[in-house]
Amino acid sequence: MTETIENIQTRRGEDAGPLLSVRDLKVTFQRSGEQPFVAVDGVSFDVRPGQTVGLVGESGCGKSVTSLAIMGLLPERGVKIEGEVLYNGQDLLKLSRNQMRDRRGADLGMIFQDPLSSLNPVVPIGIQVTEVLERHRGLSRKAATPIAREMLEKVGIPDPNRRLTDYPHQLSGGMRQRALIAIALAAQPRVLIADEPTTALDVTIQAQILALLKELVEDTGTALIMITHDLGVVAGLVDRVNVLYAGKIVERGNRHELFAEPRHPYTWGLLNSIPRLDGTRGQKLTPIPGSVSDNLPWASACAFAPRCSQPIEVCREQQPELVEEGTRALRCFNPIDDEVRSGRTPDAQAPTSTQPRDAAYPTDDPKGDPTMEESR
Amino acid sequence: MPNPLNPNSKKDRIDSLAATAGDRHRSGDHAQPGGGVAVATVDDAGHVEESTGVSLLASAWRRLRRNPVFLLGLAITTIFVIVAIFAPWLAPHDPAKGLLITEVRQQTNPIPAARPGFPLGADNAGRDIFSRLIVGSRQTLVVGVMATLFGFLGGLTLGTLAGALGGWVDSLVMRIVDVMLSIPSLLLAFSIAAIAARPSQWTVIIAIAVVQVPVFARLLRGSMLAQRASDHVLAARALGVKRSAIVFRHMLPNAMGPVIVQATLVVATSIIDAAALSFLGLGNPDDRQPEWGQMLGAAQRFIYDYPALAIWPALCIIVVALGFTLMGESLREALDPKSRR
Amino acid sequence: MIRFIVRRLLQMVGVVLILSLLVFLWLRSLPGGTVSAMLGERATPERRAALEKALGLDQPIWVQYWEFLKRALTGQFGSSTGVQPGTDAFQVFLTRFPATIELAFFALVIAVALGIPLGYLAARRRGSIFDNLSIVGSLIGIAVPVFFLAFLLKYWFAIKLHWLPVSGRQDPDINATRVTGFFVLDGLLTREYDASWDAIKHLILPSLALATIPFAVIFRITRASVLEVLDEDYVRTAESKGLTNKVIRGRHVLRNALLPVVTTIGLQTGGLLVGAVLTERVFSYAGLGEALAIAFERRDYAVLQVCILMAAVTFVIVNLLVDIAYAVIDPRVRTR
Repeated sequence: MTETIENIQTRRGEDAGPLLSVRDLKVTFQRSGEQPFVAVDGVSFDVRPGQTVGLVGESGCGKSVTSLAIMGLLPERGVKIEGEVLYNGQDLLKLSRNQMRDRRGADLGMIFQDPLSSLNPVVPIGIQVTEVLERHRGLSRKAATPIAREMLEKVGIPDPNRRLTDYPHQLSGGMRQRALIAIALAAQPRVLIADEPTTALDVTIQAQILALLKELVEDTGTALIMITHDLGVVAGLVDRVNVLYAGKIVERGNRHELFAEPRHPYTWGLLNSIPRLDGTRGQKLTPIPGSVSDNLPWASACAFAPRCSQPIEVCREQQPELVEEGTRALRCFNPIDDEVRSGRTPDAQAPTSTQPRDAAYPTDDPKGDPTMEESR
Repeated sequence: MPNPLNPNSKKDRIDSLAATAGDRHRSGDHAQPGGGVAVATVDDAGHVEESTGVSLLASAWRRLRRNPVFLLGLAITTIFVIVAIFAPWLAPHDPAKGLLITEVRQQTNPIPAARPGFPLGADNAGRDIFSRLIVGSRQTLVVGVMATLFGFLGGLTLGTLAGALGGWVDSLVMRIVDVMLSIPSLLLAFSIAAIAARPSQWTVIIAIAVVQVPVFARLLRGSMLAQRASDHVLAARALGVKRSAIVFRHMLPNAMGPVIVQATLVVATSIIDAAALSFLGLGNPDDRQPEWGQMLGAAQRFIYDYPALAIWPALCIIVVALGFTLMGESLREALDPKSRR
Repeated sequence: MIRFIVRRLLQMVGVVLILSLLVFLWLRSLPGGTVSAMLGERATPERRAALEKALGLDQPIWVQYWEFLKRALTGQFGSSTGVQPGTDAFQVFLTRFPATIELAFFALVIAVALGIPLGYLAARRRGSIFDNLSIVGSLIGIAVPVFFLAFLLKYWFAIKLHWLPVSGRQDPDINATRVTGFFVLDGLLTREYDASWDAIKHLILPSLALATIPFAVIFRITRASVLEVLDEDYVRTAESKGLTNKVIRGRHVLRNALLPVVTTIGLQTGGLLVGAVLTERVFSYAGLGEALAIAFERRDYAVLQVCILMAAVTFVIVNLLVDIAYAVIDPRVRTR
């Protein structure tokens, strides 16, 4: 697998090498007395400076665990992490706790989903920014304060002087997320991981935050790893998309390729389950049936097979490999072909075309969320 | 309460316990996107396959069954109850008869020492301590259970009125309850016991029970309020079920979890409080029917010369109170959706 | 903030009024009624009748309550009959109150100094042997009757081992100057350090006994609160910033975890007061608690009413102070 990734790089022939390379990352949770659970299973991807890479999938697909593993934020007890996370060629997973502590915040920053609960309620915003600078730049609080003010201004917080002494509950949701971004970027890390940064926000605020992230990434050349379940976020921001299912990457490609020509039935399903403004009136959404709990074990099958729109026999017998082809990669025995795509694109969908699919899956689980599991 | 963020300990503890009522679907909400801290993710991950909608009691029992703390508490209380029930047949002597009264010398030897047939000796009236301890378990159980029961019934009446009717009834009842809660509880019990012209076992029970009334009332009202907004009550209301039927068939049974927890803990404090009342001379003066708290209270006269006289009933009280507390605390933890992670 | 305090003060007045009504009704329902309450059970019928008239017991009940309130506000509760016979009951309260505050303060210091660090450690090592042992230990602390523990401590450390004094507040041989009524403080103020030391020795055993329950409660609240905070998103954020352990534990974990603990500490005053009734009795420590214990035993209603009323008022005032303290330390309340 590593070999093929290198192939892509050479073939794409991009100028800069990857800043962060995740190689065969495998995270296993093992609680005493319980079956070990593999949350992330052999995930590999690269991020170059100024590039935005998306990890996309439903809840439980392992995307958040991947980000926590990169940051070294998973607990030590009960968790086994294998593989490599190379930052500038150095394996972060081999660092000691204290060495990793020096990297977090300085080289790797992270933005979390819920801005209110992610900010300390009893510490003023200013100190939550300056403490990063005190820690990683060795500045005094006094020296760090002007930089913090600048940071708040940069992320678009009006009246930053006043906001320095404000507490999180005094800010609006969008302002809190901006503050969280300011905190994550305070020490100018070269890699930023954003874990569902807009999920907890209003739609209008979401767009503002995404625009801000895009601007910051472009200006500073920060590498951004965007973790989301929202394909709208992907469409607006992400350069390369990794679609995760049950801990494995099932499809990868540049944003335009993936949207124009999805090959994995899961990606196809994801795209089909988004409502579209330009769609015909009365057109039905096609949800992906079932839920993650229907998964088969990867070891002897394709985990997605029970929910797939077009499984073939081999899907339940053998594990599909991730096959690289040009800029794209795919893990599927029976990919979506042009015929299906043209026949059932969301734009030209005939109501009858859903029939065979429903017939093939009488066990349509009512638990299946009409859009995606974790949308809220 | 003017300030919702202030965890006003006693009230808040009661309210947070109440909030656990009927919360049976929470176990399904794991594996949120990026949810929880790292620690939570570990536990979540192991649970993905678990089916949702396991009943509250069943899932609590599943965890309790393997909890050594709970099992120890359960063992202690079971033995205690069995001894209490069969006390008259287990006790070697009549606990009220001064069998060794001939040994008692007011000045030189007020407490007869242990001898064959009297493994722990006798008290200052020559009565067999071992038999008194065994038979005393019965009265102790009666005090603990009755005080809890009366406290619960009082709280049930107030709490049901307040929780079910709402409006001004609710405000009035809860004002009174809050003022009662603002008096240190044992002080309230002392004061009530002092009202009794002729103290007896029942005045002790009532004094302890009254203190528990506001606690149970607030608890029940809290869990009823939590229930009132819940889906199954809304559904019942939408179906046109009668108000009384909703309260008694749908709301009360689901409010029982926290009440059982509180009741278990109250049995323990009742037994300890009864001892404190006896110690202050507010207990039952009639010692023909022995009770541990009363034995301990009476033993203070001899405590420096014959500490054993106090240590035996005290040990019994400590062990039994610990048993109920262990059981109650582990029940609370098992029923609390927050600790289920 | 000021509006908050004023509102709480008004609420407090309401609570105290209801409390005084309860005490009044309680007094009326005592065996023998108010007259016995003030004169004791063995008063002559003539005195009883005179007092009944003087007290206006033939008046309607609300008039009586009004009179009771007026007397209470001016500190006229009658003379003690059992605790310090002949002394004015309010005077009994005033002389004994500092003793109980001193004892309660020491007990609280012990409970806080042990409870918070142990609670924090137990939470950090959740599920460890240390954690389980301290939980069981704190539950045993709750299960042991306070007065029995006091007896045990007295028996071992005072009677058997002679390490510490058996009873009282200070050795009668010590002739200390009184300034504030707080014996330890008095000694420090007058530079009679031996008097302070002697008072401390007298405080150790009773405050240890008194500290068990607040310790158990503070330990458990701290543990639960730290566990909850450790699970909070902002602690993960702090970790993601690469902050040092010291900063994460101090600024992000403890500062949040201690908020509920502060409230709990304040609310222990009620328990301390009741505990003082029992421990002071065992150690013959001349405080409010001992006065209450003796008053209950000998039915000294004058002392009972003043002590119960003042105890409840103290409890309410401390609650108010805790609320204000909480508002000061929690910006979510302060800056609303």
